[in-house]
Amino acid sequence: MTTARAAAILLAKELRLEFRTRELLNATIVFALVVVVLFSFSFDPTSAESRRLGPGLLWIAFLFAGSLMLHPSFGREQANQTLDALRMAPISPFALLLGKMLANFVFLSAAEVILVPVFAVLYNVSIAGVVGRLAIVLALGTAGLCITGTVFSAIAAHARMRELLLPLLLLPILAPLLIAAVEATASLFAAQPGLDRAWLAFLAGFDIVFLTASWLLSDFLLEE
Amino acid sequence: MKSRIPITIIAGALMLFAGYAALFVAPDERTMHEIQRVFYFHLGSWAAMFTALSIAFVANIAWLLTRKPRWDWLGVSAVEVGVVSCTSGLITGVLWGKPTWGIWWTWDARLTTCFILWLLYVSYLILRGLIEEPQRRATLSAVFGIFAFLDAPLVYASNRLWRTQHPAPVMFGGENSGLDPTMGHVLLICMAAMLLMAMVVLGDRYRLERMRHEVDELRVAAEAGSANASSVLAPATKVGI
Repeated sequence: MTTARAAAILLAKELRLEFRTRELLNATIVFALVVVVLFSFSFDPTSAESRRLGPGLLWIAFLFAGSLMLHPSFGREQANQTLDALRMAPISPFALLLGKMLANFVFLSAAEVILVPVFAVLYNVSIAGVVGRLAIVLALGTAGLCITGTVFSAIAAHARMRELLLPLLLLPILAPLLIAAVEATASLFAAQPGLDRAWLAFLAGFDIVFLTASWLLSDFLLEE
Repeated sequence: MKSRIPITIIAGALMLFAGYAALFVAPDERTMHEIQRVFYFHLGSWAAMFTALSIAFVANIAWLLTRKPRWDWLGVSAVEVGVVSCTSGLITGVLWGKPTWGIWWTWDARLTTCFILWLLYVSYLILRGLIEEPQRRATLSAVFGIFAFLDAPLVYASNRLWRTQHPAPVMFGGENSGLDPTMGHVLLICMAAMLLMAMVVLGDRYRLERMRHEVDELRVAAEAGSANASSVLAPATKVGI
């Protein structure tokens, strides 16, 4: 079986599992919403300020939500002892990892599709003219978050205090991604929106570096 | 590793000499004066950190490829030395920053990179503490160590693109960099002293890790041995009664 086909089957399994209950998605959206609302209380931004602080707030909310949401990706398999079954399947470990990464990407993107318009309304940021470009930035940033997050979810699944450990491992490594994503988003929220290509290239580079590393290290990551 | 005493004494003596040279031999800096002398140890700390973390990166890869426990021991030892050197670099930097820049800290590319590296490698050590099984601990922490090391250039590049305040290094700038030759010599002595000290400590830490491993093995063997012995002895005692 090819890696792509195996990953697609695993993706379908993850999606089926999630859309039966939607518990992960619901919790993630509400959590990110809580962050957005609390931010408003703690800084009380004016309209000009929210245009300046908004991109940072949006990405902090995604990063926090993602670092909590990614834990069940392997944590659930570990708890139900289904990871061994997955490992026994005649597929490459990278296919397993890729399937999980894609599933997490779909979940987080779905959450973003709902959160970004809500954010735009609450903070009076106009995104109507930049939806397409914003989608590219969100996709590249979310991809980086899901690539590293899925790998670290597999690492944390074997440790004690795994719920706390995952954000601890994940958030510092995402520092460059946060800067690039926030700057790219800020260039879109500006009075004269224009996409900063240097940051877009940086985001793509981040994704490629860590996807390649995951591919090279997947055998070790998922070994018995 | 026969006697580590001579090399430890040499490293200690070199550190003392480097301290003397930095404080009393190096000429006074024109604008920053005395506080500039912290610089000799500031740069030495970073040299030690980058050396230690590079060793850790190599050890992490070597563990994954060979599965020889000594690479795992080397990896954790090097990360610990790297974290200590990083802490010392950050503290000397903060002490130097306040009088010269007027602020303790700024979110500049170099400072941020080193701070993020500190966070990443402290997380590495926390991660190791939370995984029980030695084999799995070694493998998963090696994977994380490789990711952390790959992240360093990205953190630097992103902050570089973003904003930077740290002065570009004037050391090793050739004839016209305006550096007093004595300063250059003192700097070399300090860097050599701190590097040697870091490597001596790394060697000691490695030895400690190896001894821990040996103790664990002995304990397992002793438990297995006593289990065997009791099963052999049990019928005999019964007969005795």
